[in-house]
Amino acid sequence: MESTYNFKEVMNKPERLAPGHRMCAGCGGTVAVRTVLRALKEGDKAVIGNATGCLEVSTFMYPYTAYEDSYIHNAFENAGATLSGVETAYRVLKKKGKIDDTYKFITFGGDGGTYDIGFQSLSGAMERGHDMVYVCYDNGAYMNTGTQRSSATPQYADTTTTPAGKVSNGKVQIRKDLAAIMAEHHIPYVGQTTYTGNFKDIYTKAEKAIYTPGAAFLNVLSPCPRGWGYEPSEMMNICKLAVETCYWPLFEVVDGKWILSYAPKKKLPLEDFLRPQRRFKHLFKPGNEELLVAFQAEVDKRWEELQNKCQ
Amino acid sequence: MAIRERLSGNEAVAYAIKQINPDVFPAFPITPSTEIPQYVANYIANGEIDTEFIHVESEHSAMSATLGASAAGARALTATSSCGMALMWEELYVAASDRLPIVLALVNRALTGPININADHSDSMGARDSGWIQIYAETNQEAYDNFLQAFPIAEHKDVHLPIMICQDGFITSHGVENILLVEDDLVKDFVGEYEPEHYLLNAKEKMSVGPYAVSNYYMETKRAQRQAMMNAKRVILDMAEKFEKMTGRKYGFFEEYRMEDAEYAIVIIGSAAGTCKAAIEQIRATTGKKVGLIKIRVFRPFPEEELAAALSKVKAVAIMDRCEMFSATSGPLGAEVRAALYQAKSDVEAVNYFYGLGGRDITVQDFEDIYNRLEKIAETHEITDMYSYIGLREK
Repeated sequence: MESTYNFKEVMNKPERLAPGHRMCAGCGGTVAVRTVLRALKEGDKAVIGNATGCLEVSTFMYPYTAYEDSYIHNAFENAGATLSGVETAYRVLKKKGKIDDTYKFITFGGDGGTYDIGFQSLSGAMERGHDMVYVCYDNGAYMNTGTQRSSATPQYADTTTTPAGKVSNGKVQIRKDLAAIMAEHHIPYVGQTTYTGNFKDIYTKAEKAIYTPGAAFLNVLSPCPRGWGYEPSEMMNICKLAVETCYWPLFEVVDGKWILSYAPKKKLPLEDFLRPQRRFKHLFKPGNEELLVAFQAEVDKRWEELQNKCQ
Repeated sequence: MAIRERLSGNEAVAYAIKQINPDVFPAFPITPSTEIPQYVANYIANGEIDTEFIHVESEHSAMSATLGASAAGARALTATSSCGMALMWEELYVAASDRLPIVLALVNRALTGPININADHSDSMGARDSGWIQIYAETNQEAYDNFLQAFPIAEHKDVHLPIMICQDGFITSHGVENILLVEDDLVKDFVGEYEPEHYLLNAKEKMSVGPYAVSNYYMETKRAQRQAMMNAKRVILDMAEKFEKMTGRKYGFFEEYRMEDAEYAIVIIGSAAGTCKAAIEQIRATTGKKVGLIKIRVFRPFPEEELAAALSKVKAVAIMDRCEMFSATSGPLGAEVRAALYQAKSDVEAVNYFYGLGGRDITVQDFEDIYNRLEKIAETHEITDMYSYIGLREK
């Protein structure tokens, strides 16, 4: 698949998320959704699912829908279960000869709906092996309700429920590694990605996730200009820095085999990723040097672990 | 010819599911409804039906998956009890506002606090405002008959609402009784093929389900749900008539038992109606006192005018609630029946008693005592025992 990737061809495929929705300028979530949906074959139909969150309230505001495919939003914590019901209905109706077309099933959730409140529903749907893709657009906090911390929030991030203050340095705990947890479900495909350069990594992973039979999980780092505090025009650069510092490594787990998608030639210091973001501003105050050292050490440790898994 | 059998309430509902052969059945076990998914799993394992079972990891996911399957265009259902339904709570409202004709086989059980596995109505009564049609059964036969009517009511074009078919945990769900089953081909004809108008997997039309609706639109959706619930009254009666033609068994919003000349009446829901009927026969045989019973079958939509009319000639009525609602006054049935009487400008004396919480027995003697209390109230026009608990241990 990768060898055939042609940026121009891919970008010229019809949009399946129509313009006119109300997502913010510089929102990474929207880019994730458009790119993943672009990986659908043009002849294939799809049902798109969605956990409650920014994406849902901005793309399906009655009486307007931005989806060119059938779409279902149910609630915050059950995108996995809901789409598993849709996918099961498809299999029965197909078996009974009531449906001829080929449908694919893709559901989107933010990190709140995926790492936290929807974790059980996601785990259940993946364990049951429904032929569907769960895509987490991970912006590292509950952005729809105003940037409260989630288990995907990086350590030290300043959020509205872990504010940096006189005696606080932001979030105390380290991030949950959801892609690894999903890999431990022994599902056929897990990918961790974001968008850099020509979108090849996210596109090809989305294509594999959609067209690998069985349950698949994609974790997409999706910056949020309001929650992270960067200039909207800087989004692609932020993603690139997340990858080049190894804060957000690109990898996939195919039938249990861990594969590193990209190794930076020269790993950049974590500070390069943190510095352009308001949520880490306090880390650069005098006296907080040891926090940066600790954060760097955590990223190095996880990068090391990942490389070992990928050997 | 109808088939004579001996089945428990759970078996009867499972048998109805087998005869209907629905498309998708997500379920999570909970006492006392667990047997229903077990029976269905056995039908599937032996190739007797082609329903797809989804082994969800919770009741919240059970209702979420049922909702997804129904929106996709499948005939979908689930079964639960008590805390299982409490965990579905959020989804009950979503299912109703999405106007999905989901069927829930509810085996009534007390809500936890303290944990208790026996019958009362706190689960379904708590969900009375969720926008679901609620139909209750006294016996296994009624649970089966109600279940056969569930999909045709829910899927009717003027209704499009989810429906819960309720029976009392253990008393009905596990008690084995004689039952008349309808032949498979008659059930198939009665329930019919499901042909949804709008659904996610419709090749001719794409669809979005579950929007964000601001205050410009939200209120209209609620009014539309109300209309559907109002329409359901007619559809429930039409379906009952059709069912009677098929089986000879007659159903309505409620059953009136010995009400033709009754001076003292009890209004009740569920299995305890059977005990009350025994008390009525005993009282009438031994004293000649004119006592009767109204057994509510349809609680949502609420048959307000019909109930007031049925109670218009009695002197006193005891409305029996098998759950608390902690208003420190009425229970749910008590509040609604008394509101109906007020609206009809009725001057019947009414009391509201609580009974059977967490499976506490109610006996023939208890009902005899209640009719005696009603007689006294009618004579003195003095009510001193409003909201009392029947069968409460004093020490």
